[in-house]
Amino acid sequence: MTPALEVRDLTVVYRDAPALDRATLAVPAGTLAAIVGPNGAGKSTLLKAVQDLVPRVNGEVRVFGVPYRQARLRVGYVPQRTAVDWDFPTDVLDVVLMGTYGRLGWLRRPGRAERETALSALELVGMRDLAHRQIGQLSGGQQQRVFLARALAQQAELYLMDEPFAGVDAATERAIVDVLRGLRAAGKTVVCVHHDLESVPDYFDWVALLNVRVIASGWVSEVFTPDRLAETYGGRLGLLTRIGMA
Amino acid sequence: MIDWLAAPFAYEFMVRATLAALLVGIVCPLIGCYVVVRGLAFFGDALSHSVSPGVVIASLIGASLLLGGLVAGVVVAMGIGLLARRTRLDDQTAIGVVFPVALAAGVALLAARPTFAADLTHILFGSLLGVSAGDLGLTAVVAAIVVAALVVLHRPLTAMTFDPVAARLQGVPVEALHVALLVLLALAIVIAIQTAGNLLVLSLLVTPAATAWLVARSMLAMVLVAPTLGVVASVGGVLLSFHLGVPIGPAVVLLAAAEFGAVAGVTHLVGHLRRRTARPLARCNVSEYDTPE
Repeated sequence: MTPALEVRDLTVVYRDAPALDRATLAVPAGTLAAIVGPNGAGKSTLLKAVQDLVPRVNGEVRVFGVPYRQARLRVGYVPQRTAVDWDFPTDVLDVVLMGTYGRLGWLRRPGRAERETALSALELVGMRDLAHRQIGQLSGGQQQRVFLARALAQQAELYLMDEPFAGVDAATERAIVDVLRGLRAAGKTVVCVHHDLESVPDYFDWVALLNVRVIASGWVSEVFTPDRLAETYGGRLGLLTRIGMA
Repeated sequence: MIDWLAAPFAYEFMVRATLAALLVGIVCPLIGCYVVVRGLAFFGDALSHSVSPGVVIASLIGASLLLGGLVAGVVVAMGIGLLARRTRLDDQTAIGVVFPVALAAGVALLAARPTFAADLTHILFGSLLGVSAGDLGLTAVVAAIVVAALVVLHRPLTAMTFDPVAARLQGVPVEALHVALLVLLALAIVIAIQTAGNLLVLSLLVTPAATAWLVARSMLAMVLVAPTLGVVASVGGVLLSFHLGVPIGPAVVLLAAAEFGAVAGVTHLVGHLRRRTARPLARCNVSEYDTPE
């Protein structure tokens, strides 16, 4: 079966130092996939380079077998919520509606159908009641769910999420996990940059261990082993033994 | 009161001045909203001073002042963009480098003329009272173009301001729209400088939008509130000037500042009262503390 996301020899350089070095991986369609690795391992860079948001020195990206450019609208992106200024004067529904612009055409005005799509996406993340709330009044977890709803409103097939669980409350974490499982049940593919090693076996089917290079990638049951983690994280064994035993 | 309001309009030059103030009072605060939320206030400042050399050169060679100002504005905008992109300088620093050059060039060119002092005053403070019917017509046409373009581009401009990356991924031509915004900004500044002068343009570009930002819950509300405040300040400034004998430019600037001060004071007071009456949990900053559900 064609992988949902295929990355071959992807190299990205920031100011002479490689952020990603010949990264190669293939995420099978219909899976929940995690990208884990230490700080500065190039996890977010990988998601950005896949979407042409940072220049790549080398490498090829295919989404469902075709180059990214041809599949742009089939890819939904959930950036880190700190990427924007939440004091911006707008409400929740308007932010989620942005997810419909791609299909609609950027100059056209979203209509009833787009509003329905956006409201259903908010329903899925448990925020329909807050559709007209100012975004500046949201908690961190709610901000994260708004970004998730925006990606859902795009009705993509592959979702790339940059630390969707970072700094969220327990209710939001549960809501996000439910959404991810719902997406998988609907045959979609999700790739998350993820920090909490302990929850990887619970939440994800597939994992890539990244430290500038891809150390290993594959099914969690085969790849997520203490020795591979040790190789990925270097000498931080205190953490690793705890995780390895989990 | 009605007499007080109507008295100036017995004079035709006051009618023209008021109409020009009305147009500038709408178009500058309107585009100012996008300038302010995009963090381009200093850029607008730079641009408003930079169009002067273009206007001066155009008047020296007898070309269209509008075209001269526009070319200068676009050249300066591109120069700043190029410096910021090709060097390690950030936008603010690049503006700081380019903007005094443009300003100095304008003053140097003006100094070559015998009417230097009068010209400089004109460029800084405009000459609303001297606006001709032709100036007024041109101002109206250009203002209409700028307003129409902003109405069409409002949604994508708002989207790319809130989240440029997401907008780009949704197919919004982010760079092209940014350039379009700068060109519209240059157009608005050129017509406004012709009639109202540098100082006034700056004030009308930033102050009403900043005031609106304090109270607006959406960009749509902001782009409706800011021009309303702008018109009150600009037309009010013309009336005050007529009755009190103060120059128009400073009168408008001070009125716009008074609007800002009043709104900032009231919102601060309301926020203070809300915090005092709110329950302890709600007093936490919700963006930093996740409320349990």
